[in-house]
Amino acid sequence: MAEILVLVEQLDGDVKKVTLELLALARSLGSPSAVWAGPGYSAEAKAKLAGHGADKIYVADAAEIADHVVAPKAELLAQLVASAAPAAVLVAATAEGKEVAGRLAVKTGSGVITDAVGLGEGFVADQSIFGGGVNVHSRVTKGTPIVAVRPNSTAPVAEAGAGAEEQVSVALSDAARAARIVERVKQDKGARPELAEAAVVVSGGRGVGSAENFALIERLADSLGGAVGASRAATDAGWYPHQFQVGQTGKTVSPQLYIAAGISGAIQHRAGMQTAKTIVAINKDPEAPIFELADYGVVGDLFKVVPQLTDEIEKRK
Amino acid sequence: MNIVVCVKQVPDTATERKLRSDDKTLDRDAADGVINELCEYAVEEALLLKEAHGGEVTVLTMGPSKATDTIRKALAMGADKAVHLVDDALHGSDALSTSYAMAQTLKTIGFDVVILGSESTDARTGLLAAMLAERLGVPQLTQANKVDIDGTAIAIQRLTDYGHDKVEASLPAVVSVVEKINEPRYPSFKGIMAAKKKPVQTLGIAEAGIDASQVGLAGAWSEVVDFAAAPPRAAGTIVTDQGDGGTGAAEFLASKKFI
Repeated sequence: MAEILVLVEQLDGDVKKVTLELLALARSLGSPSAVWAGPGYSAEAKAKLAGHGADKIYVADAAEIADHVVAPKAELLAQLVASAAPAAVLVAATAEGKEVAGRLAVKTGSGVITDAVGLGEGFVADQSIFGGGVNVHSRVTKGTPIVAVRPNSTAPVAEAGAGAEEQVSVALSDAARAARIVERVKQDKGARPELAEAAVVVSGGRGVGSAENFALIERLADSLGGAVGASRAATDAGWYPHQFQVGQTGKTVSPQLYIAAGISGAIQHRAGMQTAKTIVAINKDPEAPIFELADYGVVGDLFKVVPQLTDEIEKRK
Repeated sequence: MNIVVCVKQVPDTATERKLRSDDKTLDRDAADGVINELCEYAVEEALLLKEAHGGEVTVLTMGPSKATDTIRKALAMGADKAVHLVDDALHGSDALSTSYAMAQTLKTIGFDVVILGSESTDARTGLLAAMLAERLGVPQLTQANKVDIDGTAIAIQRLTDYGHDKVEASLPAVVSVVEKINEPRYPSFKGIMAAKKKPVQTLGIAEAGIDASQVGLAGAWSEVVDFAAAPPRAAGTIVTDQGDGGTGAAEFLASKKFI
């Protein structure tokens, strides 16, 4: 079966969920080979990758791969594209994943598709563009198809692959060492999942009214094991940090469940969440456009509805 | 310092955006063209760097004739001059061809630092800055929410999923900035009037050293197979809270196995 490279996303050696999703997608189209880039490879990582379908695991765990911005990962993948001649390369459609894809595309003379929400025969990708208004099928026509796939596009499948390891060394060019990472600053996010790959996202908007009131949104998110997001109105007002903004100029999320509280649902916001599978909206304005998207909507005061919903969820646990 | 800021004209998000039925490219006539919002942060950052370090800010745009509106906006904010890469042969270029055309133009006009917004609000690929760094062989300083230059040393804070990285390099470099790195200034009346007199150089592909076979629809590395308007979502259940709105929502979540 055709080999498909999957670039592993990991933080401190923990394989991210999106990588398991990409392995499932690759398995439906060929034989997945996970590509580990950077330090932190372990028996646990191997078990997780092989346990989710990786037939092969290329391990390039030299520390210097992680010491420079993006370019080393692209050089590693370009080397593997040349030696293994895979049918396609899949990366996560995160900001960094897309940058790796872009550099790899230039290096290998290959086309690239970003923000795929599905991938089928012939590596034809499904994309949702213009804020979810248009569905597109697209494909790469030259070189090795490189596809950046959005988190939550498919579910991980716990199906064992052969998991054959192959150590890879990569001789980085001077150009790949040009941008040096001198320090990593990690924010304590507590136990909440990362916004981009969370299965459940609870977002608050203008209706939340203050930074203090975001505690209500956080409590609801925590009751569901979800991440917290915010509309631009809320981040512009300084009620919640900007990196949690969901929307056209912020993060795009595609969770199983999206709960919008006090968010009217302007097109700029919808562009960041419209591909969510199930949408619940709570807003006091019955005319709010968010209700056009909602699978379930409550017209009411979020300060009453959200705490009641949180308590009810806690009760049912 | 020779600062080049890349700006893109995009269809206004508030209007209906469409693909053309004939060649499946963006219908640029269907919607009003506006400056890509994230480019405004790039222009502002370019102006701040000029104010701190001296030099000149050049606006670079690739796009059809009507993109001059976007160039004027950036000039009105305070940029000194502009280069407009405009050629029918560029129509339909994908990210790879666009990065090739832009890189060739940057080589032609020269730069110490190239600044871009992190993505455009129409295609949203977020590819261009990384591709330019690769093609130009200069450091990639992308997703910046802080930029500091000292002589030929440049340092940024790169936003990441876990927080940020501190990244250092030497000029020349490609920088992309994220929303909220700064507060883009509004063009003053004086700025708007002055912009009308600022030089805008128009370049065709030959003048920019661009090989016609590498750009445009025929030169693209990817294609749209087909497209269709997204079917409307099935109408949901909308209830008015009668004191049990939260409980009702919990019922719904339970029915969908979320709890």
